[in-house]
Amino acid sequence: MRIENHPILDLDRDEEKEITFTYKGKEIKAYEGETIAAALYAAGIRVLKASSKYERPRGLFCAIGNCSSCHMVVDGIPNVKTCITKVKEGMVVEEEVGKGDIVD
Amino acid sequence: MINTDILVIGGGPAGMTAAIKASESGAQVIIIERYHELGGQLIKQTHRFFGSKKEQAGIRGISIAQELTEKIENHSNIRVMTEATAEGYYEDEVVTISHENKFKKIKAKKVIIATGASENMLAFENNDLPGVYGAGAVQTLMNLYGILPGEKVIMVGAGNIGLIVSYQLLQAGVDVEAVIEAAPKIGGYLVHASKIRRAGVPIYTSHSIKKAIGENSVQGAEVVELNDNWEMKVGTEKVIEADIICLAVGLNPLSDLLIQAECEVVYTPELGGDVPIRDENLKTTKDHIFVAGDVAGIEEATAAMLEGEIAGLKAVSEIGYSNENIFEELNRLKTELNKLRSGPVGKVIKNGIEKVRRGNYVGKNRYSHLR
Ligand SMILES: Cc1cc2nc3c(=O)[nH]c(=O)nc-3n(C[C@H](O)[C@H](O)[C@H](O)COP(=O)(O)OP(=O)(O)OC[C@H]3O[C@@H](n4cnc5c(N)ncnc54)[C@H](O)[C@@H]3O)c2cc1C
Ligand code: FES
Repeated sequence: MRIENHPILDLDRDEEKEITFTYKGKEIKAYEGETIAAALYAAGIRVLKASSKYERPRGLFCAIGNCSSCHMVVDGIPNVKTCITKVKEGMVVEEEVGKGDIVD
Repeated sequence: MINTDILVIGGGPAGMTAAIKASESGAQVIIIERYHELGGQLIKQTHRFFGSKKEQAGIRGISIAQELTEKIENHSNIRVMTEATAEGYYEDEVVTISHENKFKKIKAKKVIIATGASENMLAFENNDLPGVYGAGAVQTLMNLYGILPGEKVIMVGAGNIGLIVSYQLLQAGVDVEAVIEAAPKIGGYLVHASKIRRAGVPIYTSHSIKKAIGENSVQGAEVVELNDNWEMKVGTEKVIEADIICLAVGLNPLSDLLIQAECEVVYTPELGGDVPIRDENLKTTKDHIFVAGDVAGIEEATAAMLEGEIAGLKAVSEIGYSNENIFEELNRLKTELNKLRSGPVGKVIKNGIEKVRRGNYVGKNRYSHLR
């Protein structure tokens, strides 16, 4: 969910900056400049990956690239820290399960 | 290989002032930051700052970040690399970074490490459920991206960060169900506590969280009262419904790079965790490496900025970019810093710093067994 009115922040969103990416095959709208994790949260998606040992659901924790709780597979590349990686038009984002496979 | 005079790692207030100070003498400076903009913790702080007037109290954190960023942009001898993460520090003083999907090497005559801190976790059942966030993450979502982290929050920790972030959540339209605090007293300033109490938020002291409830994400938490020995009182458990559990239980210096670089690091509770031994100019036990800001001890932005200036100034003077007034200037900065640390919190910090001052520390380096 996006905040519409805020007493301090100016949250006017520029429609020209709207982009679309896909998550699990579904199209999701986002704004240029947002991180992948932020855009997913805005769309109400909180589970980003399954933990490597017990496959427990994991979401954002630190949002500054410290904790690895937000690793996802982005355009085929595993272990992308989605809290510090910007979302781009046409990106394909998938939930990560386990440790992620090395890509060639 | 990229060569430079000064490499600053971390673009928070400490790193930014270090870079500015160092560049003013004419040295070539590179500042790397893993996020896509400079500012560190400041870019999400919408509240007016506490701290000394001279060091920008009363100004919002976001404005300080903007001001420093503009200053950096106006210095042509500072190269800013964002989305650049320092990954390793090698024996030959080479720092490896990942930047634009490439692995790069930087070699500098002096390195200033200003990586800040990471948030503490708390041990309780289900603490890994999505919806359990560090307070910084909540701020990032709300204040940087204008996204609601959820609808109802339980805040854990009534220090300044817990209180301020609770207020920011209210401003964004989130219901703060309760603030719980393990200590028998509120740790933060009473002005912040009164603000959220006036909004009807209960603050439960001597309380902790026993477990998070939920399947795929947080739906609530079981909270419990603590006795005088901080043990959970059986039978006092109660369930509070919420979709966010926000942890504001302290920060921990991000000293990994210092440990890799074999700087002597000591666990110092007064400073929040593992911090480097250093001299009064913020030089570590390695001749090449200076530190500044939260990585040298959890404190405040105002102190981080002064430390950055001291480290920056001293580092350039050691590689021949000295100005005539350097001693006066260093003294002025140190006096400022000392004044800043005059209150009761400052006293604890000064005690911690005394312990890890070069020459004072006797004991075993915490990571010597790794060598
Ligand atoms: C909610 C809240 C409220 C606060 N209110 C106040 C206040 O009112 N007054 C006050 O004085 N202080 C306040 N503070 C404290 C203040 O924000 C911090 O003390 C200050 O930001 C520390 O500065 P720093 O430069 O040391 O670290 P940071 O601001 O944390 O910056 C460190 C930077 O280094 C980057 N980094 C880390 N590792 C790497 C790496 N390997 N490679 C590249 N970059 C890296 C990080 O991304 C980050 O941008 C508050 C803090 C919080 C969380
Ligand atoms: S949420 Fe911690 S690394 Fe992304």
